[in-house]
Formats: sequence, structure tokens, C-alpha cells
Amino acid sequence: MSAWTFLIVAVIKIAVTLGVLLTVVAYTVWLERKVVGHIQNRWGPQRVGPFGLLQPLADGIKFLLKEDLTPPYVEKHLYLLAPALALIMALTSIALVPIGPIVHLFGISTPVQITGVIDATGQSSDINVGLLIILGITSLGVYGIALAGWSSNSKYSLLGSLRASAQMMSYEVSLGLSLVGVLILSGTLSLGGIVKGQLGTWFGVIPQWYIFRWQFVAFFIYMMSAFAETNRIPFDLPEAETELVAGYHTEYSAMKFAMFFMAEYANMVTVACLASVMFLGGWSGPPMPFLPAVVQAFLPLVWFSSKIFFFLFLYIWIRGTLPRFRYDQLMAFGWKFLFPLALANVVITAFFVAWRA
Amino acid sequence: MIPISWYLLLSAFLFACGVTGFLTKRNVITLFMSIELMLNGVNLSFIAFATRLQTLDGHIFVFFVMVVAAAEAAVGLAIIISVYRTRETLNVDRVNLLKL
Amino acid sequence: MHQFLFLLFGAFCVGGAINLLLQKKTINSALSLIVVMGSLALIYLLLGAEFVAVVQVIIYAGAIMVLYVFVIMLLNAGDEEVVKGSNVAKIFGIPGLFAGGIIGIWVLLQHRPAEKLLPIGAMYGPADKVGELLFTKYLLAFEVTSILVLIAIMGAVVLTRRSRV
Repeated sequence: MSAWTFLIVAVIKIAVTLGVLLTVVAYTVWLERKVVGHIQNRWGPQRVGPFGLLQPLADGIKFLLKEDLTPPYVEKHLYLLAPALALIMALTSIALVPIGPIVHLFGISTPVQITGVIDATGQSSDINVGLLIILGITSLGVYGIALAGWSSNSKYSLLGSLRASAQMMSYEVSLGLSLVGVLILSGTLSLGGIVKGQLGTWFGVIPQWYIFRWQFVAFFIYMMSAFAETNRIPFDLPEAETELVAGYHTEYSAMKFAMFFMAEYANMVTVACLASVMFLGGWSGPPMPFLPAVVQAFLPLVWFSSKIFFFLFLYIWIRGTLPRFRYDQLMAFGWKFLFPLALANVVITAFFVAWRA
Repeated sequence: MIPISWYLLLSAFLFACGVTGFLTKRNVITLFMSIELMLNGVNLSFIAFATRLQTLDGHIFVFFVMVVAAAEAAVGLAIIISVYRTRETLNVDRVNLLKL
Repeated sequence: MHQFLFLLFGAFCVGGAINLLLQKKTINSALSLIVVMGSLALIYLLLGAEFVAVVQVIIYAGAIMVLYVFVIMLLNAGDEEVVKGSNVAKIFGIPGLFAGGIIGIWVLLQHRPAEKLLPIGAMYGPADKVGELLFTKYLLAFEVTSILVLIAIMGAVVLTRRSRV
């Protein structure tokens, strides 16, 4: 593959992935309003288009056309920097996620992953510390929220961002530790390699995903920490509307508010991608030999997107079901329950691997 | 292809900036950040020398420096918070009594 | 290409470090320090130290600096007071610094060995090799560090507790 082909393929991959991600973000908002509506015995959006399907478009136009207000007494530069930082960090991490296996299109073969390439042996390979890079990027996302609250010069925003930084720092520890069990089993930090480690099946039916290899406790810890990392109910204290108006983005309006909104939903998608890659085998699934070859080619993408849909639905379902934690309960849950559990999971998995070897 | 002296120059510059900040600044949090800057400068020379000598030991040292920096930040910031609670200032020149 | 990347990230480093010194507001200093750390991580990548580069982002930029920003927001103590340096330092210090620097550089140039060029990623520092070294050759130091961190955690908890002083 020449340098120019490589560049063009990379640009196409980035454009398509970003486009799909932003569409998914827009329609997750629609899905959330619809599902929460049905949970609460309402209809949800239904006026704009069939089933309200054009609602995200209408919302987008509304965000663009609203007056872009900058309140007086804000720290101007940081106030403008914060939403951009949050959105950039949320959108960047999708680049490392392996979405599918190698595809052959117009005589060019490339893995469906922005940072993935074909190596000399014809196998797909990607950055070998990909998981750590994702964790690093998501940990930088805290700055967007922290700076938003501080630069707004408002007590609600400051309280919200103080809560957010403390919460995200605390739950990042459990989140990282819950992934260590999988890393011990897989022996690699590359996300593509982790997916390849889960490709086999037992009895030709049950896929060898890490969640079925005794990592379900880690999966539980990961999901709890992920809810806290993305500031979703039941851990949405940074933007608790009944206590703090809207938390760290109280003073933001129009497109700047929309950027925080998109960052939150993009983070949800990234966390769901990471969960499906680490625990549910990414794009792998039970083999379906009875399907025709054309459908077979699309099967990995179907598996991956259905897993993402499952996680997004879980997010919304829990939002419609659970009340918010109290702040001391949140901290106690993170440090006194999830953290020791994650440590125990790491130790037990390590002993298990050592005993088997 | 870069000569190793470039890396060492950058490292020395960062270290010098850290020293300057430590000596001229009066806010205790900025003093702590200057120390972090010095540690970062030293880390860069560790990595550059590790590449020059083709050994991984430099990477391990950087790892330890980071752990010590994390411990220092945790304890130091805790001390800063308790000092601020009693003195209501972050200026190191005003925190010159052992007893309130 | 390598030189261009080094100069770019090096310029970010230098700019961030100078900005840290010039800023009056603590939070701006903290942000410029984050810029320095991020560009240093990219320079580590140029040197092939991928594990250290990622750990630099996660621990330094993602944990330690978040702690600093958190404390700055929590205390919200306002701008730094400007102090006038003493005149003695101005008269003797700055020329003395220059003289010392020039002598130091001259002495170092006298003993300069032959330079060796470092190509991109000249040294491969993958996570598994670093981990292997950490748990074999440096095991004792690693365990001692873990005790240090434990003491730091306990110290931070004891120091910030408000009751019973």
C-alpha cells in the first residue's frame, strides 16, 4: 500500500467513524427521551417526523440558532476552552476502538479501526498500548468539566465541578483495576489483540468472551464505575438538577451547552465500546454458518452495534429506574465496596492464571 | 535523527524553569508545581539516556519518580489545605510561625 | 520529520514552562504545566518509550494535575501577591547567574564526547519488558514504593481530617 493510499484510507475511516459516532450520539438522545417516556407512561417526542425521528435535527438547529450568551465575570479564555476540551477528549478515544475485522473493499484491505493497520504477515495490528491511551484520554476529559465549573464564576457550577472531579478521580481507580483482570488473561494491552483473544467458542456455540471466563465481577465493577465516569444516573451528582440547577454547565448556552451534551453522550458510547471490547468480545460472536456469505460479511458489525445498543439501552433503563445517590454514599460505595472488590478480583485472577500455568 | 544533546538541553531548560519558579514564586501551590516541573525535566534526561545506552532501566527510574511525585502531591496538597484552613493564606512568606 | 516533531513539541514544552513562570493566576500555571507534561509524553513517544509516555499522561496529567486543579478550585484563593525582589539579588544575582552559566557551559563543552544520533523509536520500551524488569531486577524498590504510597495515603487522610485537632 502506497503512502497516498494509506492516507486516503485513513481519512475515509476517520470521516466515516466520526459521522457514525455523531449520528449515534444524536439518536441516543432521541432514544433516551423515547424510552424514558415509555417507562414513565408517556409517548416521548412524536411531533417532528414519524415517531419523532427528526427530533435530533430540530434540536441541532435550535442549538445553532439560539443566542450564544457569555455571562459577565466569567474567566473568558477558560470558559471558551472548557466545552471544546470536553468534546475533543470524548471524540478522540473512539479512534482506538476496534469496530470490526479486516474488510476488503475496492482491492484494498484494512481493519475497521482508525488506528489499525495490516502488518507484514497480513494480520491486522494496532497500537500496542491502546487501552492505556484510551484511559489516558478519558482521564484528561475531567479538565473540561473542572474548568467549566471554575471559569463560570458561579456557585452552582463550582459545586458541580468539584463533585465531578472528586467523583471521576475516585471511580477511575476502580475502573482501571477492573480491567486488570482481563489484561492478566489476555496478556496484551492492544485492543485488537484483546478481541482476538476472545474469538474461539466452547462446543461451537458459547463464545469465549472474558465475561464467561470468570470476569463477571470485573464486568459489574466496570459498569458501576462507567456510570460514575460518565456522570449518569444514579451517579449524576455533578449535574443534579434538583440540587445544583444544572451543575457545571449551568452558565453555558446554545452551542457551548450542546458541546457538553454531545461530550457526555460520546463518552457513553466510548465506555460502551470499551465494555464490549474488554468483556463481550468486541465484534466477535457465536458463529452462524447457516447464513449466506453476504450476511456473514456484515455479521461482525451487527454484533458490535447490537452490543453498543444493549449498553446504551441499559444506561437509559437505569436512568428511568434508579434514584440518585447521596454524595457520601457515592464516595463510600466507590472506595469501600468497588475498590476492595476490584483488588480481590485482580488477586484471584492472578492466582488462577498462575495455578493453571 | 537528533543528537542526544538536544534532549538534554530541553531537560536542563525545564529544570532551570522549575528552579526559577521555586525561587521567585510565593504561592505555595505554584511552588509545588515548580517541583513537578523539575522532576519532569529530570525524567526527560532519564528517557534520553535510556535510549542512548539501549537499556530499559531509565524507564523504571521514571516510573519510580512518578510514584514519588504522586505521593508528594497527595501529602503536600493535604498539608496545603490544612495550612489554608488555619492561616487563610497561601503565601509562603506569611506561613513563618511554627505555632499559631 | 523527527527533528520537526521534536522542535514542535519542544517549543510547546518551553512555552508552557515560561508561561508557568509568567502567569499570576495559579490555575493558568497549572494548565501550562499540563501542556508541558502532554508534550513531554509525545517526546517520550519519539524516543520509543511508549509505556512511559502513556503512564505520563495517565498519572501526571490525568491524576496528579487533576488533584492540583481540584485543590486550586477548592481553596479559590485569588491571585498571587506580587513581591518585590531584593536589590542585592538584582545587582549580584543576575550577572552571577550568567557568569556561572557561561562557565558551566564552557567546562561541559571541553569534555564533550562524540555525539550519537538517536533515530525515531530507537529504543523499544513496550509495557511487558518494563513490567518484567520491574518485577525482577527492581522488585525490592517496587515493594518499598508501594509502602511509601500507603504511608502517603494515610498521611493525606489524617492531615485533612477536620475533627479532633
